[in-house]
Order: sequence, then structure tokens, then C-alpha cells
Amino acid sequence: MEQAFFFYFAFVIAAASVLVIAVRNPIYSAMALLVMFFHVAGLYVTLHAEFLAAVQIIVYAGAILVLYLFVVMLLNMRQDDRYHRQWPMAAAVGMTLFIEAVILTAMKGWTAPTVATGRETAVGEAGNTEAIGDVLYSTYLFPFEVASLILLVAMIGAIILAKKDPEAVNSEG
Amino acid sequence: MTELSLRLAVSLAQIAAVMGIVMLTVMILTLAERKVLGWMQDRMGPMEVGPYGILQPIADGLKLFFKEDIVPAGANKAMFTLAPILAMVPAMIGFAVIPFGPALTVDVFGITIKPFVISDINIGILYILAFTSIGAYGIILGGWSSNSKYSLLGGLRSAAQVISYELNVGLAIIGVLLLAGSLSLVTITEAQAGGFWHWFIWGARPDGYFPIHTQIFAFVVFVISAVAETNRVPFDLPEAESELVAGFFTEYSGMRFAFFFIAEYANMVLVSCVAASLFLGGWNAPYPGTILGYIGLEQLAWVENVAWFTFKVYLFLFLFFWLRATLPRLRYDQLMRFGWKVMLPIALANIVVTAITAYFFPR
Repeated sequence: MEQAFFFYFAFVIAAASVLVIAVRNPIYSAMALLVMFFHVAGLYVTLHAEFLAAVQIIVYAGAILVLYLFVVMLLNMRQDDRYHRQWPMAAAVGMTLFIEAVILTAMKGWTAPTVATGRETAVGEAGNTEAIGDVLYSTYLFPFEVASLILLVAMIGAIILAKKDPEAVNSEG
Repeated sequence: MTELSLRLAVSLAQIAAVMGIVMLTVMILTLAERKVLGWMQDRMGPMEVGPYGILQPIADGLKLFFKEDIVPAGANKAMFTLAPILAMVPAMIGFAVIPFGPALTVDVFGITIKPFVISDINIGILYILAFTSIGAYGIILGGWSSNSKYSLLGGLRSAAQVISYELNVGLAIIGVLLLAGSLSLVTITEAQAGGFWHWFIWGARPDGYFPIHTQIFAFVVFVISAVAETNRVPFDLPEAESELVAGFFTEYSGMRFAFFFIAEYANMVLVSCVAASLFLGGWNAPYPGTILGYIGLEQLAWVENVAWFTFKVYLFLFLFFWLRATLPRLRYDQLMRFGWKVMLPIALANIVVTAITAYFFPR
């Protein structure tokens, strides 16, 4: 049963990801991306990571993709072929990565999935929201803070880039 | 396997019951809104259909059902069809985690069910936030696919508005989550038992009366942001009729229009349910216990609890009508400034203050 769900989610994720870059209409791309986000969230649910699943939908589907759609609608590029002219480059990069993956798999062979350790079992008992909070603010405190700092810098940078020169605004108004 | 099918049957029955109640509430709301607005403006409201106009929603429904379904020239047919569905489904799906009554369990044919909540998942409130954010897609796509400038402008406004105010909704509830220590709406409601001074809007600790953890600021931010998220007056810029005809659903007619309409009202009911559960104690009465429990009818105490929940939800719905009758629409820049420069700092300050008080005076 769980395997059936996994293969369903995995297949749709792969198919939707291809559609995102394959369809010509950017709105359809965004919709395919939405389907993909939902199935990634489904994958998290099968792993009993409900918190991650909800956050995945809130952050990616609810905020970031809405912003994309917003921009796409403003630009109104119905049939933009620019990105489809890059396919020789994309094929070269894709082939390299694919061959790399094949070689690595052939060298290492398939490994069996790792059995849940004691820590993972403990997570199931405490509830995954508490577990994530616990781990984030103890074991991974430093990476977490670094990520926050990078986001803060990006935010300030965006404000400075978007902000008009105050004198120019004054002369306009 | 029989147990699985039995569970499925029970869940489907619960879903059907909740959907039925929600649709009935939406029907009542369409009439109630017109009646309340009428009374507030010294009119009678609808009076023609049935005694005192009470059959008006049925007449409206029949009219929409038989109207011609028009797809504008140059519209994107697939997206035009998808948009009303994307608006309606998220509005309905959120009710799955709302506790309408006490968290008692009933054994039916050997399986245990909770009769007043379809699914008590441990991320209940995040689940609702996730799906209300999906509701924006219906509006944006509806606006884009109609091939009309009014619709497109309505869709764009809506996208900006929903993103801005969703943030405030999410931040306003964090204080409550801190105090309850859970994301499940059932647990949050149970944490507010024992009288109105334990509701999170007042925020007394379980052993006292002093409002040390009061969430009244978060409550105000939540209610205002919820009105904005449901695109209601005074935040109805996406469908401002004096500027944009009808905003994102200008080009819609018949049942597709009805879907958007039902979605808007279902969203109103949903945010009212969430506000009642998070801040006003959900199904808890404003006094400890229940009156029916005191006079020896413990088995029927749930009737009183469900009645209180219904009362609180309708109080919020009345507030929506009241606002519509009272306030003029905000200008677009006022809306954005209000969201980002007033609501957001209040919500953030509330988190800091609640975190500090919860640390020094734990519940």
C-alpha cells in the first residue's frame, strides 16, 4: 500500500517536473509546478512528516508560486520562446549529469534503504512538529542561524535595489 | 478489510454531514446578509419569495443553475473552467479539521469515531492555512483566463492582497499556538475549557483570572486580516464594483459564478470557525462546565457545546455584515500600508510579548 502511494507520488512528481519546463505557456508551467508541490507534500505525509508537508504547501504553493504567477501575469508573455532556444546547452548539461548518475550507480550498486534508528523512532512518539523544533534549535542551531542571516541580507538587498532615490522621488512628486 | 470499509463509510457520512451543514449555512448567509443589510439601511430586504422572503436563496440557486454558461471570446477555456473549482475546493476542504463539538468518542460496530470532527490531525491549523492559500489560485487564474482587463486587474489585486494578509493571519495565531502547545484545533479548544477567562482572547492561566497571556491584539489582527483574506468589504478591492465591474469574476455566469460565490461565503464560515476555535474557546461555554451537565443530563451536554460554537460562529458572520454596512472601501495603497506597516508590527510584537510571558509564567 505504502509502496503504491510512493510510486504514484514519485511518478507524478517526475512527470509534472518535465511538464514545468516542457510546456510553452508559462501559466501552464506554474500549474504543473503546483501539482508537483502537492505531490511532494504527499510524499512527506507518507513519511509521517506532516509538519513539513503543510509548510511545503504554505511556503511554496501558497506564497512563492503565487508570486511567480503574479509576475507572469504582469509580463503577459503568452508565447515566450526564449527559454526554449537553450535546449542544446540544456541537453549537454543534462546528458553529463545523467551519465554521471549512471556511472555512480554502477560503481556503488543499489543500497538497501536504511533501517530507522533509535532517534527516528523517538521522533514518531514526540510528534514531528516538536521534533523539528527541538532539532532545529539544538543540533542544527548554527546552520539555521546562518540561513536566517542570509535571508535577512537578501531582504535588505532587495529593499535597497527596489528603493528609489529619495531626491528623484521628490523632484517627481 | 471490513474494518477499513466501515471506517471509510463513517468518514464519508461525516463529510456528507459537514458539507450539508456548510452549504445550508451558505444558503442562510446569502439571505441573512441581504436582510441584515436591508435592516441596517432601513429597508426590508428581499420580501417576494415565500413568507417574509425566506425562500430567496432557493430562487437564487435555481436562477444561477438555469442561466446560460458563457465563455468569453479569447478566454483560456481550460483555466477558465479550472478556476472556480480551485476556488471552491480549498474553501470546503478546511472544514475537515474544525471541531464542532466536544472531543468525545463513540464506539460504532467496534471502531472508535469522533463525531464532531472529521479528522483530528496533529497539524490542524497549518492544514487550514495551507488550503486557504491555495484558494488564491482560483481568483488569480479566473482573472487571467477571462481575457478581460477588469478581471485581470481584479486577479492581480487579489494576489497581492492575499499574500500580504496571509502573513498576518499566520503570525497572529502564533501566540495561541505558543500557549496551547499544539497545532491541533481539538487540543487548542480543550486548553481553553473552564470559563471565558481561560479563552485565549482573555488568556488567564488555568489556575487564575488575571489576563496575563491575553491575545486580544492577535485577535484583532486575525479578524481584520481574515476579512481581507476573504475579500470582503472594506477590503473587497479584487471585486470592487465601482471600479472593476465585478473584478475577477466579471466574465463568469451561471454555475461557475455560483462556485465563486459559494467559495466566498464558505471561506467566511471557515475563518469564523477558526477564530471561534482559536480565540473564543470553540465549543466551550463561557462558564465552567455545561448547564445540562449540572442538572444531570451529562449525555446531552454536547448539545449545549455545539450551540455555543454555532452562536460564536454566527457572531463573527454578523460582524462581516456589520462591516459591510458600515465601512467604505480602502484605497489600494492604504490597504498595503495598513497590512505591512500596522498589522505586521502588531502581530510580531504580540509574538515577542507572548513568548516572554509564556516563558516567565508558564501555563
